[in-house]
Amino acid sequence: MKMDTYYHPKDLARFAEMGREAPELWQKFLEWYNAVFKEGALTEREKALIALAVAHAVQCPYCIDAYSTACLEKGSTPEQMTEAVHVAAAIRGGASLVHGVQMRSHVDKLSM
Amino acid sequence: MALLTLLNSRHPLADAAAQRATLAALPLGRTFEAAAASAGHDPLRTTDIAVFQINVGKRCNQACHHCHVDAGPDRTEVMAPEVVDACLRFLEASDIPTIDITGGAPELHPLFRDIVRRARDAGRHVMDRCNLTITRLPNYADLPEFLAEHAVEVVASLPSFAERQTDAQRGEGVFADSIAALRRFNELGYGVEGSGLLLHLVTNPVGAFLPGSQAALEVDWKRELRRRYSVSFNRLYTITNMPISRYLQFLIDSGNLQGYMDRLAGAFNPAAVEGLMCRSTLSVGWDGRLYDCDFNQMLDIGTAGKAPQTIFDATPASLASRRIAVGPHCFGCTAGAGSSCGGATTR
Repeated sequence: MKMDTYYHPKDLARFAEMGREAPELWQKFLEWYNAVFKEGALTEREKALIALAVAHAVQCPYCIDAYSTACLEKGSTPEQMTEAVHVAAAIRGGASLVHGVQMRSHVDKLSM
Repeated sequence: MALLTLLNSRHPLADAAAQRATLAALPLGRTFEAAAASAGHDPLRTTDIAVFQINVGKRCNQACHHCHVDAGPDRTEVMAPEVVDACLRFLEASDIPTIDITGGAPELHPLFRDIVRRARDAGRHVMDRCNLTITRLPNYADLPEFLAEHAVEVVASLPSFAERQTDAQRGEGVFADSIAALRRFNELGYGVEGSGLLLHLVTNPVGAFLPGSQAALEVDWKRELRRRYSVSFNRLYTITNMPISRYLQFLIDSGNLQGYMDRLAGAFNPAAVEGLMCRSTLSVGWDGRLYDCDFNQMLDIGTAGKAPQTIFDATPASLASRRIAVGPHCFGCTAGAGSSCGGATTR
């Protein structure tokens, strides 16, 4: 029996069900997705670390699980993976902080 | 605290039958026989014996968490002299080019050096499955020189170029001792391009996941071991952890067993069946019993059908084209890029 929660780890294995009502779109997505993660100018290991960081930035629990495994399989260490999460956090934190410049501009406009 | 073997901690999984039953009860979608048949191998059969692998005993100076042998300092199984002699006579009477000596720590066997000398006198290539730390024990400090003198191919285990991961799998302090041992081997020419002395490293994942691309990992490893520790080696072999003995215990205790086996079965690669090591390797246990591979040996799955059961009643001809005994654990050798004692089996 499923617990009363929005996310279920086993649902990651059901991802392909998204192709049932729109098979052509799913197929296009899958081909592009697989091509994205193949080795190119970046190695598969580098891409998996980027994916891990982005997964934390967008807070997708399925992606976090999937790319934690992928990073380990491609030879990244927990230390490297933790630094990647910090990169995501730094960008998210920095993105909030830099909008503070907009705040300052607006405050300047309104203030005497 | 030292890790006890399953046997000496009286764990239920010390019984091979219990392990086989645990694996047989897992729903995997299809049997390995069916998967192999789908790849054109119905049944899976051997080709010529290219490697004669003898497991000389379960005694080891380490007790690694992932060990499929359940080896450790508290094991007492050692290949008797008459079994050693039978193995070497079998080898000498054959055309088999390579003998692969494994264990436990095979170097702990009292006749290890005699086995090496006799195999080399017979013109065979010798491989030693070395845990590296054995060379740091006082009575075995001259082992690297002995191996170099006889041009033995050293296949050494090192799960990670990072200390924390290595020690997590193999025990505290193993990484530091391993690096010291590798430096000694390098000083003698092992792992140095052009020396003729081969030193390969084996990495098993430190957890419930598959190994990555062997070629890509080798690039990373060569760079990092040279940069961090001034250590060099020839090839990196990635080996998938098999759901046997202590690794099976880890999978069960961590709640990863079904997920890991689903991963292995789901990653079945038909192209990996052709190069399965059981097709060209004969495995001999410490007691002289014959197996298709070291994994079957630890699950106590002997040779199938009417094939000879022990080294005493076997000839190479009597073992030719025999049907291989398979089970759910075999998905470990066909997952992804495939896995064997010589690393990935597909490119």
